[in-house]
Amino acid sequence: MPPTRPVDPPRRPVYLNLPAIRMPIPSIVSILHRVSGALLFLLGIPWALAALDASLASPAAFASYAAVAGHPVAKLIAIGLVWAYVHHLLAGVRHLALDLHAGLELAAARRTSAAVFVLAILITLAVAVRIW
Amino acid sequence: MVTRTQRHVVGAHYGLRDWIAQRITAVVMILYTLVALFALAWQGGFDHAGWKALWAHGAFRLATFLFAIALLWHAWVGVRNITMDYIKPVGVRLVVQGAVICALVFYTGWTIQVLWGVRA
Ligand code: HEM
Repeated sequence: MPPTRPVDPPRRPVYLNLPAIRMPIPSIVSILHRVSGALLFLLGIPWALAALDASLASPAAFASYAAVAGHPVAKLIAIGLVWAYVHHLLAGVRHLALDLHAGLELAAARRTSAAVFVLAILITLAVAVRIW
Repeated sequence: MVTRTQRHVVGAHYGLRDWIAQRITAVVMILYTLVALFALAWQGGFDHAGWKALWAHGAFRLATFLFAIALLWHAWVGVRNITMDYIKPVGVRLVVQGAVICALVFYTGWTIQVLWGVRA
């Protein structure tokens, strides 16, 4: 049991009208970092393991995996997961830099977050072209 | 200076330990990603033969296992943070967190099977 507080914290108004909250690019990149992390856990890990398993097992297992993975829907999911990994990794590098107090000024923070956002999409597009 | 007199003292700095663990595991995963990309390019291309040749190296499988352990730990800290933010009823949160741990342990076992071929 945690010790009870002597005074209740003040009740503050909660204002969560999402469309009305201004979303500068650093906050978008930050939210996408969380979204991509959740996606990687929910879909990315099982997908990566299944793909690795099939690609290293017998040629028959690989063929049956390739048939499933060749479906356009599967390709779209794979491309989505590639984006999740690349965005999460780049945003993670930026996060680590911020933890070391590098790039904390507003102008720099905006620039690096825009770079993360754009670079992740460009790399994903390059991979998507290859997959497709 | 602001002194907070109503500080809620809990735990034993688990938060800080998790925070550091998440950063160390992040660095491990960044390094592994770079090594894997270079190794694959070095190995002679991104085709199936190059792929197979890469995984034939015991050192690469070991590095992958290290990555998997870092990932397991990192994902646990990260997903637990997310559950703490969005799932308020303690019972529900504990059940979800238990399911997450089970999934991660299952994935780690699966990783070992894939890497060292302990297939039935
Ligand atoms: C590839 C290299 C990776 C790097 C560099 C990285 C980096 C980071 C960093 C620095 C954080 C802390 C963010 C914070 O404190 O707000 C974080 C959070 C997180 N990571 Fe990763 N990560 C990587 C891979 C992964 C993978 C593969 C997963 C899949 C499960 C994952 C899942 C998460 C989750 C769920 C969070 C919590 C997000 C949040 O609290 O908003 N990460 N990551």
